[in-house]
Amino acid sequence: MSIERRTLVKGAVFGLASAAALPKLGLAQEGSGTTRRIPSSGEAIPAVGLGTWITFNVGNDPVLRKESAAVMAAFFEAGGGMIDSSPMYGSSQPVVGFGLERLGYPETLFSADKVWTQSGENGPDQIEQSRRYWGVPKFDLLQVHNLLGWESHLGTLFDMKAAGTLRYVGITTSHGRRHDLFEEIMRAQPLDFVQLTYNIADREAERRLLPLARERGMAVIVNRPFQRGALVDRLEGKPLPPWAGEIGITSWAQFLLKFILSHPAVTTAIPATSRVDHVLENKRAAEGAIPDAALRKRMAEYVREL
Amino acid sequence: MPAWLSYRPEDFLLFSERAYWRLFELSNQAVWPLQIATLLLATAILVAILRPTPWSDRAIAALMAVAWIWVGLRFLGLYYGDINWMATYAIPLFVAEGLLLAWFGFVRNRTRFAVHCQVPCLLGLTLFACALALHPVFAVAAGRSLSSAEVIGIAPDPTAIATLGLLCLVRQGRLAWLLLFVPLLWCLVSTTTLLTMGAAEGWVTLTAVILALAARLWPRGA
Repeated sequence: MSIERRTLVKGAVFGLASAAALPKLGLAQEGSGTTRRIPSSGEAIPAVGLGTWITFNVGNDPVLRKESAAVMAAFFEAGGGMIDSSPMYGSSQPVVGFGLERLGYPETLFSADKVWTQSGENGPDQIEQSRRYWGVPKFDLLQVHNLLGWESHLGTLFDMKAAGTLRYVGITTSHGRRHDLFEEIMRAQPLDFVQLTYNIADREAERRLLPLARERGMAVIVNRPFQRGALVDRLEGKPLPPWAGEIGITSWAQFLLKFILSHPAVTTAIPATSRVDHVLENKRAAEGAIPDAALRKRMAEYVREL
Repeated sequence: MPAWLSYRPEDFLLFSERAYWRLFELSNQAVWPLQIATLLLATAILVAILRPTPWSDRAIAALMAVAWIWVGLRFLGLYYGDINWMATYAIPLFVAEGLLLAWFGFVRNRTRFAVHCQVPCLLGLTLFACALALHPVFAVAAGRSLSSAEVIGIAPDPTAIATLGLLCLVRQGRLAWLLLFVPLLWCLVSTTTLLTMGAAEGWVTLTAVILALAARLWPRGA
């Protein structure tokens, strides 16, 4: 525990050092800091959340469940924020519920789940089952997973929001799939959140979806920030640019996350991990200065040339 | 490009390699020392093939039938299904394979597990022996604990590979192909899962499929 605290303090020092470097490097003047505002409400949420795809799908294994709870404990100790899951993710929902129960349902939780069924009729039952798995009175955000049965589910979710049993409504896609339909729904529906894949190697969202989210006042959740670990694996062992330290970057994971968080449309990224040290490292990516457009270009070029 | 063409095997992998191997550890802990019994019974099957008795074919079919139904209901239903909802769809197939073995092998006594040929039977015996004796040690070879060993009659892969081996011995072609469908399908699914996880065991299940197909397609004497 003391090591984790020391690591956090070290992160804060890096943040101060980054601020001192502002005039030297091209850095964004706004949007820095560890929280971001949800455009539809103005509510601030931490910029780094926690995904549960694969990492929290550990079934009834008592050892791995406790490890998942330890990851959640570290996440909340570092500020908490959005935890995102789905009925598609195997046992991830009950494992999140297990962790939340152990941790006493921290106040800084922003609960985000999804509805994932073709049938609109089955949506409410699935949502209720998900809520029971989490053990929360209601979800902060529910999203239509990969647009499956989106027409009927959005009606359900908007009704829930109107009734006060849900705070925010969203839709998701991943791997750059179905962007045309995604854009169509973004233009037609009063969504609070959209979730999509965006990282330094998958930048298709920059063309239409991210600008549209800004224009329509929608919060953006970024999934697959590390391409399920493949990006970090690809860059591991390669040198960080000499200027990385000046903006508080000490690892490739932070480099990749900082690139994502520096896009002005992005609200939160949800890297998934089963390791406490990785949670803390991810959280630190939101600290310190945020690169501006020129520095983002430099970051992308550096990675491309490696 | 249509969206469905963009899907890759890793998109369907819902769990980590560690969570997967931990299933075997938990499953083994729950039934220990049943592994000794299943290994002894599998050894008895091997002996019965080499020294057949009037009841040995029925007994082999009955034991394998029980193994398929037990592994399907227990391992897939209680363990694997927890982290992979797709595995639950395989449970009816495992039960069906068990019922087919029981019906054709035990009730109607139509499966003859006899060493009547050279290459196909040699391949069949090799597959069975590997499933029995080698599969459990892959865990240790891969750097995992022996407690996560995959044991015939407890875990699906060695049970499927052993069945492939037995069906290489069966003389009746159409019946053998009918009974081969589920173990072949399972081994192919397992190959995809394991290789997507980066586990070398995937090459074992793939090799078993290739050898079983080669043995069944090998010309047999009248």
